[in-house]
Amino acid sequence: MSFLLLGLSLIFVLIPLILSKTLNLGLEKDAFVATIRAIIQLLAVGYILQFVFDAENFFYIFLMVILIIGAAVQNARKKGVSIRGITWKLVVTFVFIEVLTQGILLGLNITPATAQYIIPISGMVIGNSMVLSILFLNRFTSEIETREDETELILSLGGTPKQAIHRPLISSIQASTIPTIESQKTIGLVQLPGMMSGQIIAGADPLQAVMFQLLIIFLLLTTAVVTSAMLGFLSYPTLFNERMQLLKPEKK
Amino acid sequence: MTKDTQAAIQFSHVDYQSDGTEILHNITGWFPKKRITTLVGPSGAGKTTLFRLCNGLISPDSGEIYIDDKKISSYEPVELRRKVGIALQSAKMVPGTVRKNLALSFELQGKEMPIDTAEEMIRLVGLDESFLDRNAKDLSGGQRQKVSIARTLVMKPEILLLDEITSSLDRVSQQEIEELIVKINETYGTTIMWITHNLRQALSIGEYTWVMMDGELVETGESSLLKEPQNARVQTFVKGESE
Ligand SMILES: Nc1ncnc2c1ncn2[C@@H]1O[C@H](COP(=O)(O)OP(=O)(O)OP(=O)(O)O)[C@@H](O)[C@H]1O
Ligand SMILES: [Mg+2]
Repeated sequence: MSFLLLGLSLIFVLIPLILSKTLNLGLEKDAFVATIRAIIQLLAVGYILQFVFDAENFFYIFLMVILIIGAAVQNARKKGVSIRGITWKLVVTFVFIEVLTQGILLGLNITPATAQYIIPISGMVIGNSMVLSILFLNRFTSEIETREDETELILSLGGTPKQAIHRPLISSIQASTIPTIESQKTIGLVQLPGMMSGQIIAGADPLQAVMFQLLIIFLLLTTAVVTSAMLGFLSYPTLFNERMQLLKPEKK
Repeated sequence: MTKDTQAAIQFSHVDYQSDGTEILHNITGWFPKKRITTLVGPSGAGKTTLFRLCNGLISPDSGEIYIDDKKISSYEPVELRRKVGIALQSAKMVPGTVRKNLALSFELQGKEMPIDTAEEMIRLVGLDESFLDRNAKDLSGGQRQKVSIARTLVMKPEILLLDEITSSLDRVSQQEIEELIVKINETYGTTIMWITHNLRQALSIGEYTWVMMDGELVETGESSLLKEPQNARVQTFVKGESE
């Protein structure tokens, strides 16, 4: 594809802009900003990836992964400001997910240890982990609030913080992982997953594309459950003090 | 109050703040051991907050609380909460049957509730055994309050804090609970502290009374003080409540 053809494809941005204007949907500004950001961010990533692939240097791969994790933490932490030390809990979670997934992939030689594999897979895994963290933190902070009476009741009867937080924690882990599991049930029936479509368009053998997509699906399942569970178990102790008292949420 | 009785709970210059607003101010006073003391005062006076301090759900910002002459901070939180049982104002039920709710404090210790305990407790609070297998969320407000008392009593606490447990009960059930409180106190020698809006209850049940207003303890002594309060604000409060 050439830049000229890509330029022509901007028609697809024009259509919603015109519609939004005529129907007074008020989406113009957001749609415009989103388009510009997508162009700049993706082109920058494209050039950086090209550079990293050509350099064939592990240091650059490492740097890229750090960047991905940094950006994911930055995005997710906003949802968890009421939890003390959420930034570090997210860093630990994302690093653990990355080490776990790449450890298995590279350790068992499922994928080769090259930038071409490590970077996109890390991006997908961490990106998904970030979305899961946001879903989990949203749910967990609201569960804590709505079930405060029950948490307090259990503490008042001599239950431990872990017992008192058990139900909000488990239901938040379940609620945040259900969308991932549900969407995987219908995958391929309604729409082809983005990555697979991209590979097929770029000329890859469909069966190869499917096998990679399956690998990603398996990875994302691990990512979803491990992210929520890990973040949950890292977060709940900071909701209580050493006298087993439920602390007030930190001010935003 | 005559000093021949020991203090079950003693407050010494206790302050408690939340988000910078003072909720309890300089509370100094005591609750006699093995007696029934009522705690009265207008809404927002800080009565529930005082109970939460006693049960260790919160800690004072300054001052000291003594339970059986030992600093409250010297107790392990779980030990304290089992010794000083509380029936919370919300009478919140955990999902499941009434029996499950009664067994809660055993379950939290990883123990089985002894056989017949549920039956004994449900009868004690004046409900029939058929309630045990009902879903707790279908109970009426008054029934929930009764189950909530029974659930706390299961632990056989030495000190029992009851927060407005008769507020949604009819007159007959109120009387049953009043008799129950006296019975628990006589049978087990439990120290009972009881928050109530009802001055008739405070006069007829508790031997001693604390009157709280705006986060302060304004009067304390034998319940008869409510008949002729010294403090002007208490006079207004008593007059308003008895009308
Ligand atoms: N967790 C909290 N955070 C902030 N303020 C609180 C909190 N709990 C209680 N308060 C405030 O402290 C004051 C005392 O509340 P408390 O619940 O102790 O009153 P109360 O005497 O039990 O009232 P009521 O008779 O209505 O139950 C109130 O003004 C209340 O708004
Ligand atoms: Mg109250």
